[in-house]
Amino acid sequence: MTAPTPAVVPAPALLTAVFEAASEAMVLCATAGDVVVMANQAARRLLTGARPGRRVAAPLPADGADSFQAEHEGRQLYGMRRSVDDQHYAWFLRDRTESAALEVERSRTAFLAEAGRRLSASLHVRRTVRTTVELAAAHLADAAIVVLPPSRRQSDWTRLLPGLPVEEGTLREPQLGEVPGLVEALGGFPPIPSRWLDPAQAPAWLVPAGFGPVGALLVTPLPGNAEPAGALILARCGAGAAFTGEDEALARVFAARAGAAIAAAVLYREQVDTAAVLQADLLPPELPQPDGFELSGSYQAAGDTMRVGGDFYDVFGPATAGGDTMIALGDVCGTGPEAAVLTGKVRQTLRALGLVQSEPAAMLTVLNEALLQSARQPRFVTMVVGSVRRADHGRVRLELASGGHPAPLVLRADGTVEEVPTSGTLIGVLPRTVVRPATVELAPGELCLLYSDGLTEARGGPSGTEQFGEDRLHHALAECRGMPGAATVDRLRQLVADWVRGGGSDDIAMLAVRAPSRTPLSLRDGGAPTPSPYVVAARRSDRRPRTTRP
Amino acid sequence: MTTAAGTLTPITPRIADAYLHLVADGDEIGATELVSALLADGVPAQRIIVDLIGGAQRRVGELWAANRWSVAREHAATAVGERALAAVAARTTVHATRGRIALACVDGEWHGLPARMLAELLRLDGWRVDFLGASVPGRHLIVHLHQTGPDAVALSCMLPTRLPRAHAAITACRAAGLPVIAGGPGFGPGGRYAERLGAQAWAATGEEAVIRLATDWPPRNVTDLPLPEDEAFLGDEEYTHLARCRPQLIATAMARLATVYPPAGDYDAAQTESTSEDMGHIADFLAAALYVGEPDIFLDFVTWTTTVLSSRGVPSTALRQGLILIRDQLVDFPAATAMLNAAVRSLPGN
Repeated sequence: MTAPTPAVVPAPALLTAVFEAASEAMVLCATAGDVVVMANQAARRLLTGARPGRRVAAPLPADGADSFQAEHEGRQLYGMRRSVDDQHYAWFLRDRTESAALEVERSRTAFLAEAGRRLSASLHVRRTVRTTVELAAAHLADAAIVVLPPSRRQSDWTRLLPGLPVEEGTLREPQLGEVPGLVEALGGFPPIPSRWLDPAQAPAWLVPAGFGPVGALLVTPLPGNAEPAGALILARCGAGAAFTGEDEALARVFAARAGAAIAAAVLYREQVDTAAVLQADLLPPELPQPDGFELSGSYQAAGDTMRVGGDFYDVFGPATAGGDTMIALGDVCGTGPEAAVLTGKVRQTLRALGLVQSEPAAMLTVLNEALLQSARQPRFVTMVVGSVRRADHGRVRLELASGGHPAPLVLRADGTVEEVPTSGTLIGVLPRTVVRPATVELAPGELCLLYSDGLTEARGGPSGTEQFGEDRLHHALAECRGMPGAATVDRLRQLVADWVRGGGSDDIAMLAVRAPSRTPLSLRDGGAPTPSPYVVAARRSDRRPRTTRP
Repeated sequence: MTTAAGTLTPITPRIADAYLHLVADGDEIGATELVSALLADGVPAQRIIVDLIGGAQRRVGELWAANRWSVAREHAATAVGERALAAVAARTTVHATRGRIALACVDGEWHGLPARMLAELLRLDGWRVDFLGASVPGRHLIVHLHQTGPDAVALSCMLPTRLPRAHAAITACRAAGLPVIAGGPGFGPGGRYAERLGAQAWAATGEEAVIRLATDWPPRNVTDLPLPEDEAFLGDEEYTHLARCRPQLIATAMARLATVYPPAGDYDAAQTESTSEDMGHIADFLAAALYVGEPDIFLDFVTWTTTVLSSRGVPSTALRQGLILIRDQLVDFPAATAMLNAAVRSLPGN
């Protein structure tokens, strides 16, 4: 049998020692007079004024609240009050300084991550600027305005005010001086602290009166490519509003990201504008619609966003009234911009030649000499040159000469497809060329197709590796009997696109000359129904060169 | 829109018939003159586009499906429709008061006329429209967006086989912060695949698209439309396998066809080629159904094909054998097998 454990009543000194050693800050107070009875070491560290005998003082609330949260001597404190007995209560305090800082840091990081993601989404200047004011107004201030550097004495601005959609406008350069710090920010000077900028001086046009007086203003440069990409103006409304040092620091970090995004978009726009100018001359021409025959063309560059390449076609109107229209379609070895530059030279040479010489075979011979003399590296061209003129009774006569190029095809009114018997050597390689020209006459409704080998050599089909081939081309062309030239070219282009199923790797050019049918077509009962039901309609695609604007 | 959908159209059946005849004859000049005369009479351009040009185009499609028109004639008719539409565009000017919109057909989608009609309808409604054409590669579309910064993108897709590429384009548009409105039957009955692919809206017709864009649409200058994370990727290993093994699937099916369907042994080169194309279509629609996870895409295709084949006198046995030949090569792929079995069961004669 064991003796019962005697009940131990701790001595008051022991209790005091335990109270003192606890890690939680505790302040024991007397209800009468709200006087501090005891405060342990942890409490004294947080509240230097909590001494026995003193009255309960701030940050502890005197209004009987059960909890509080306040900043005291640089620390974020949180306290809870518990009643201990009828005459006493205790405050239990926690130091939340670090978790509050963590919270601030976390929201800051989330903001910058969102900013990074959204700012990287677009390469378009206006959209990037809009994104900048949206982010700034949501996280940094009540109103955000981005002003871009002046160009031709004008500055574009974009503004977001509370409750309104994004607004855009233009300022005259002298007005920039009306906003404190703006000229400096756009001039590449370091940011000026907010406290040096007098919000009362902000002009009325910056933040309209309805949004209350501007209490604080912050103007931050948006750093760009060695010169500012713009300036970010932040405004907080209401008297007593202010930007703290942390606010200013965060605004600068954000401005650095926004500035980089805007600068990249500006750079991209400059590149695009330059490329568009250079590209304009290398893209296929708008085709004239001469009296007496239809011209239709199609050009597809090999999976390249510049949309220029080594295939080309061109049409030159008659040099003299009543003269022949010259047509040309060719293929420079290679693809992409390098090949496109050579096609530009070839087209320009042909245009000049067409003014003095309209015989296709002779044009090829002269072109060969010109290329041999001018080319730094030997680069060959294959091409077909032709002259087109109206003949009697709605017929069209073509004289065609080939320099090492696939022979043009003729679609006759009865649906047969013929190769034009012209042949010749490559252009730009041998000092002497041999060209055998041929003459073709088209009756109304008949069509002559010039094409580049990208069409027949396109790989695809069920196996994915088979060439489209001449047989398929002949067959497909025969099915186009009676169709307008544009529809024929589009149908061929569509068939070959379906054949390669998006895997096209070579340029494809087509140019069709058609003698118009004068009477309604004999389509009504013509053309064998296709054996395959899955055919999609051809259409004329519209991919003209664009000029871009901001 | 000056005229809401459903109001009385000034396009009478007589005018529609006259236009269809001009289209049938490939008479561009006549069609252009008719359209110009209607405009001069004060007929709203929208009615000409939707009821006359669009109406004739629907009729052309029906005539082709019923095997009454050849492909050549259908193409010639479409070319006339394009010219008539261009004539409407040339004779109407509208001040652009709304935002800017980029309009394109999905990569591989060559039906451009419906999209071009929408382009005109939107222009008439005050949008600044960039029509990029038929079969626009995704990269070209995105380059255009970065260069011009439009407020919205409209994507047209007539056949569900283009859906994987449509999805890539929509995802890229949204990553660039642009809302997308999808259009065309390619997005399924009622556009039910459009939302799954990340589009904000879908419109069955051009007029619907115009109304939706004018009323219930994200505000202008939207710059942020993050995709939910699980929407960036669709498709699974069955889709991947089917897409990668397409050539072998077709080659094997073609090699075995004559043993299960003796008439195929006597096919000439052209018939063999078109049969092989048909096998390709089975594979493509199956792949699209697997990609989106919607068996109906494949089932609808089989139903439609059955109708088209029967109007051309092809027995449904041929299609059945084709489906079985593909199915037998996909034994390890339960979703694909289930779709093919359901399709075989749906054929007439079961």
